[in-house]
Amino acid sequence: MSRKTDNPNRVRKRDKHPAGQPLKRPMRKWSWLFLGPVTAAFIIGFVWPFIQGIYLSMCSFKLIRDAKFIGFGNYLTALKDATFVHAFWYTALFAVVSVILINVLAFAVAYALTQGIRGSNLYRTVFFMPNLIGGIVLGYIWSMIFDGILSRYGTSILMETRFGFWGLIILMCWQQIGYMMIIYIAGLQAVPDDMIEAARIDGATKWQTLWHITIPNVMPSITICTFLSLTNGFKLFDQNLALTGGQPFIIQPDGTNIKTTEMLALNIYNTFYSSNSASKGVAQSKAVIFFILVATLGLIQLAYTRKREVQQ
Amino acid sequence: MDKGKPLSAERRRKTIMSVVLAVICIIYVLPVLTVVINSFKYNTYVKTDTFALPLGEMWAGFKNFIKGMTFGNYPFWKSAAYSLSITVLSMALILLFTSMAAWYIARVDSLVCKAIYYLCVFSMVVPFQMVMFTLSKTADKLHLNTPWTIPIVYLGFGAGLAIFMFVGFVKSIPIEIEEAAAIDGCGPIRTFFSVVLPMLKPTMISVGILEIMWVWNDYLLPALVLDINEYRTIPIHIQYLKGSYGTVDLGATMALILMSIIPVIVFYLLCQKHIIKGVAAGAVKG
Repeated sequence: MSRKTDNPNRVRKRDKHPAGQPLKRPMRKWSWLFLGPVTAAFIIGFVWPFIQGIYLSMCSFKLIRDAKFIGFGNYLTALKDATFVHAFWYTALFAVVSVILINVLAFAVAYALTQGIRGSNLYRTVFFMPNLIGGIVLGYIWSMIFDGILSRYGTSILMETRFGFWGLIILMCWQQIGYMMIIYIAGLQAVPDDMIEAARIDGATKWQTLWHITIPNVMPSITICTFLSLTNGFKLFDQNLALTGGQPFIIQPDGTNIKTTEMLALNIYNTFYSSNSASKGVAQSKAVIFFILVATLGLIQLAYTRKREVQQ
Repeated sequence: MDKGKPLSAERRRKTIMSVVLAVICIIYVLPVLTVVINSFKYNTYVKTDTFALPLGEMWAGFKNFIKGMTFGNYPFWKSAAYSLSITVLSMALILLFTSMAAWYIARVDSLVCKAIYYLCVFSMVVPFQMVMFTLSKTADKLHLNTPWTIPIVYLGFGAGLAIFMFVGFVKSIPIEIEEAAAIDGCGPIRTFFSVVLPMLKPTMISVGILEIMWVWNDYLLPALVLDINEYRTIPIHIQYLKGSYGTVDLGATMALILMSIIPVIVFYLLCQKHIIKGVAAGAVKG
């Protein structure tokens, strides 16, 4: 076998073939080496858990080995679960508010930093810094700060839902503005200077230039950032767990305990690992619903904003 | 005559912007400064005088740091060592194997390659909660629940973004360079390691940075996969400290948090350029 490929005459003959032929033939022999490790890990770390997860969402079980297939019952239970519905609306509200705030502020900062102000690099460094701190640590830093302020008024971030909500918004803005700013700066630097120059010569004001030249040109960045911050908002877990952990709790008349600042990811986690969970199947079906939600949201958003991008 | 006017207006606009940015900048640093000042305070003052400087009777010196080292019946250096080794090992595994796979996928046009590639793209939109339960059970069953084997789980779950980025880059490299190497007698393995790999360096750095930022700060995956009583990474350690019942020594917690973010900030200041470039490159992910 190796004789064939080692023979230089054979290789030269293949020059007539489409690009890559002298390379591809011998490569295929080594496919197990190049693809093997990743494929094996990918099956263990993603493919198998994903398939098993879909199957188990239609089962009733506490331990995987005695899972019993029951069809779509878990999904009905999940959709009727008041805590899950509450977490959904809470998460949706959080995601919308945070997407708007983060993107408007990040764009404003990026715009200011591309105007040739002295010290731009220093500001950029500082604004991006919170991204390197993990969600759990961030949550505890901010819970100390909020409690330091709120304790003067005899209350705490764990006492009221609105404190928890706005606290998490402030935390996420602090963390994510720097990240989105980097993407916006890259987009803004790609806007052709002569276009802005031409608008200025034609007598356009700063605002007109911003609205009619700059923003349409950075539409791809706006797409990416909106998409990223929306899915980040929906998938938020660490910060939610560390800042409030779902508190304050409200016990409903029928005995269900609604954790008022609990978001979807945390709700799924709590359903899986709370001591009184009747069936982990319900939790897994919530996870599937969550997955479908996050995946479609991303796709809709992408399709919608793509239409408004400037065609190059 | 008119020329001076718009110029001075422009200058004023810039001054206003600088001032606003400087103010935001200070607000941005305040939370970290609050951690610093509180890590030198006695516990009782952290809640009542959060924003005061640690002067007079509040000053605890380095007692919080000494206490923090063994806080929560778990030595801090141990969790730092686990965090570091998991991060470094995972990054090495991911960089090596995903770049190899990505090169193969980009160069060989087969059904298997396409299937793997699209699965990788798909995996990027799947939230961790979807697979968290089954993944932790699978990892348990295959004994991947130690700090030395958990990188395999990271390789599996994190392969999507890395392969996506590497494939995109490999496709932009002219294939003629590799063909020349092949004609000169390089086998695929030598072609990859001595021709392709050096060219991948910029993407390697971007992917490496993104993976470091992810693995180092990740809480849920190691918390579910590892045996918590024995192996704790820094995020797990801090979460278990605060989550445990009873009163928590906030001064010591802040000292611990400070010790855990100082290496991160040093790392950031050293490789700032690469980190910002890496983030901009990785922004395409879903």
